[in-house]
Amino acid sequence: MRGKQRTRVGPLASTGESAPALDVDALLDNPATEIIVCCGSGGVGKTTTSASLALRAAERGRKVVVLTIDPARRLAQSMGIEALDNTPRPVVGVQEGTGSLDAMMLDMKRTFDEVVESQASPEKAKQILENPFYIALSSSFAGTQEYMAMEKLGQLYRDAKKSGDYDLIVVDTPPSRSALDFLDAPERLSSFLDGKFIRLLLAPARGPARLMTAGFGVITNALTKILGATVLQDLQMFVAAFDTLFGGFRQRAEKTFRLLQADGTAFLVIAAPEPDALREAAYFVDRLSGEDMPLAGLVVNRASVAPPSELGADEAMGAVEKLRRRDGEPSVTAGLLRLHAARTRIVEREAALRERFSVANPRVATAVVPALSTDVHDLDGLRRIGGLLAGEAPSA
Amino acid sequence: MSTPVTSSDWPRVELHVVTGKGGTGKSTVAAALALALASRGNNVLLCEVEGRQGIAQMFDVSPLPYEERRIASGLPGPKGNAGNVFALHIDAESALLEYLAMYYKLGRAGRALDRFGVIDFATTVAPGVRDVLLTGKVFEAARASRKKGTSSKAGQKYDAIVLDAPPTGRIAQFLNVNGELAGLAKAGPIKKQADTVMTLFRSPRTAIHLVTVLEEMPVQETADGIADLRAAELPVGGVVVNLARPRDLADDELKAAREGTLDRAAIESDLRDVGIAVDDVLVDGLLTEAHDHAERRALEDGQRELVGEMGVPTYELERLPSGVDLGGLYDLAASLREQGMA
Repeated sequence: MRGKQRTRVGPLASTGESAPALDVDALLDNPATEIIVCCGSGGVGKTTTSASLALRAAERGRKVVVLTIDPARRLAQSMGIEALDNTPRPVVGVQEGTGSLDAMMLDMKRTFDEVVESQASPEKAKQILENPFYIALSSSFAGTQEYMAMEKLGQLYRDAKKSGDYDLIVVDTPPSRSALDFLDAPERLSSFLDGKFIRLLLAPARGPARLMTAGFGVITNALTKILGATVLQDLQMFVAAFDTLFGGFRQRAEKTFRLLQADGTAFLVIAAPEPDALREAAYFVDRLSGEDMPLAGLVVNRASVAPPSELGADEAMGAVEKLRRRDGEPSVTAGLLRLHAARTRIVEREAALRERFSVANPRVATAVVPALSTDVHDLDGLRRIGGLLAGEAPSA
Repeated sequence: MSTPVTSSDWPRVELHVVTGKGGTGKSTVAAALALALASRGNNVLLCEVEGRQGIAQMFDVSPLPYEERRIASGLPGPKGNAGNVFALHIDAESALLEYLAMYYKLGRAGRALDRFGVIDFATTVAPGVRDVLLTGKVFEAARASRKKGTSSKAGQKYDAIVLDAPPTGRIAQFLNVNGELAGLAKAGPIKKQADTVMTLFRSPRTAIHLVTVLEEMPVQETADGIADLRAAELPVGGVVVNLARPRDLADDELKAAREGTLDRAAIESDLRDVGIAVDDVLVDGLLTEAHDHAERRALEDGQRELVGEMGVPTYELERLPSGVDLGGLYDLAASLREQGMA
């Protein structure tokens, strides 16, 4: 199978798009590909796609680790990662060969704790880990998950370079509220740390000199009025304790950001053939190119498969009407024709949506993955999806 | 409608929170519910909090500002009388500035806060504050006596509010503002504000509806979401099953389709009878489509059973083959009302 030129056959051939086809196997086989990031809006199958790509790469000889964020329970079980211990574990059941596959599930809070522990003295670390602001920040702050995914990616990459355990890292991104969150995490952290407000909060700790000037009193008074004095104190203590770590955090965030821009990284934007998901995908493509991030292509999951016959939806519904007049009651044939008409309409709508996307983004290579009639929760399912991603005809 | 008006399952509810896993169509359901509630002269406010401008896209209007605007007439009631649907796009920054202006009359200090990046800090970085602001704004809009000069200049009052809320995985945390602030603000004005908001959310005036599709993961997440909400003592509303496959085949036909025992000769003769050119590609195709459909339907039935066991009222909306446009929203609204959700 390896290396053989494959042409698209079967249902995929009928998509009739202007977008070039995404050559998934070439991407996975290229030793220069070190990181693959799967991003996209929630509910489009990012986790399944990441896991399928990782498995396929491993079975084609790469030494792969896949970092997932929130896999479905049964999928996690089948990959042996339902225990959250924040370290990669070998996946059982991967085809024997030169490659290997490890998987891990991100534990956001633990990753954050580990960073604090590795950066601060034990005493200071304890102080930070117990601060109520830290607890809230590390477990519920909306951007923390994104930032920690980046942090873990950076760690994995550095470790892999040192140990040689992996030559490909596949990352699933958090189900973000919007496409922005993932890319903005480092930037947002930096601007937070550089923010005037933080410096303001640090001012008392650093001595009264500069910032006691214009507006400081006004600000503290206003904040006390809104937050109450204790909250402000807690916050000040947290920021002061965290101050020493800021530099390290920012440095690593920026490093990871540059790593993402490097040639060894490939971004895949994942979408479903729905207006919202494709709109988010277009937005992502735009952002990625704006940030000089290497975009490898678009994956459209769960595409409806075009029926083989040419019978149009309107003609089918016309026949349904004739059958109704003839029989006066629903028949199997009418039911089949209705199903056919509905599917044809869905396929047409999806094709139009994809066409619109590819007209607006003509150079984005695209892989279309047909919907399966069953859910995926084992390695066989992932293998099937991997095959479909690479453009193989769906096996019966 | 000629059918007698079914009474609503939620007569006392003023705040309908709609959540759901990504991709299940929660925004569509929220919009349809708002249309369904806006009858008999009732005014309904539809709010979004995730910065996506989804409402503007669904109703085909220009992007919404931080200002309540009338965007549509509701679905007419039995006597043809409709109400109005207003929409509000809530963003945390505007909500904070409005809050400060309303309660603190900060003046110069307010501007200074902005200059020092406090507004930015509070709305993007400070844990939990963002959610407190967003939910606080919904609370403000739900008040019986609203101040003027808020996001509604006239202080418009509403008979119902529909909130297009964050996804199921985050909903309990989002609404449980108290929990998020716990440990941070044990006293003080912010804490007091959070407490007041919580009394509304925990009261019978609120119902939190969960949208799902009949697939394994979303159904599992819905069950988890209900457990989370109950643990947080938040009132669970109904489950809306969205994008259900059409029921064009009867149960025995589905079984035959799965087993490949549909009467091929009869189907071919029917097709010829209504003037369709019959060949193997067509008939094989129809039978394969029926087989796939029957397989999916069997999976759906299994998931539907699980939804039924959740012990809350359920409603079902069919997948619209050509997607949801404005007309489609009204169809979905009518279906929700018929089923007693509004």
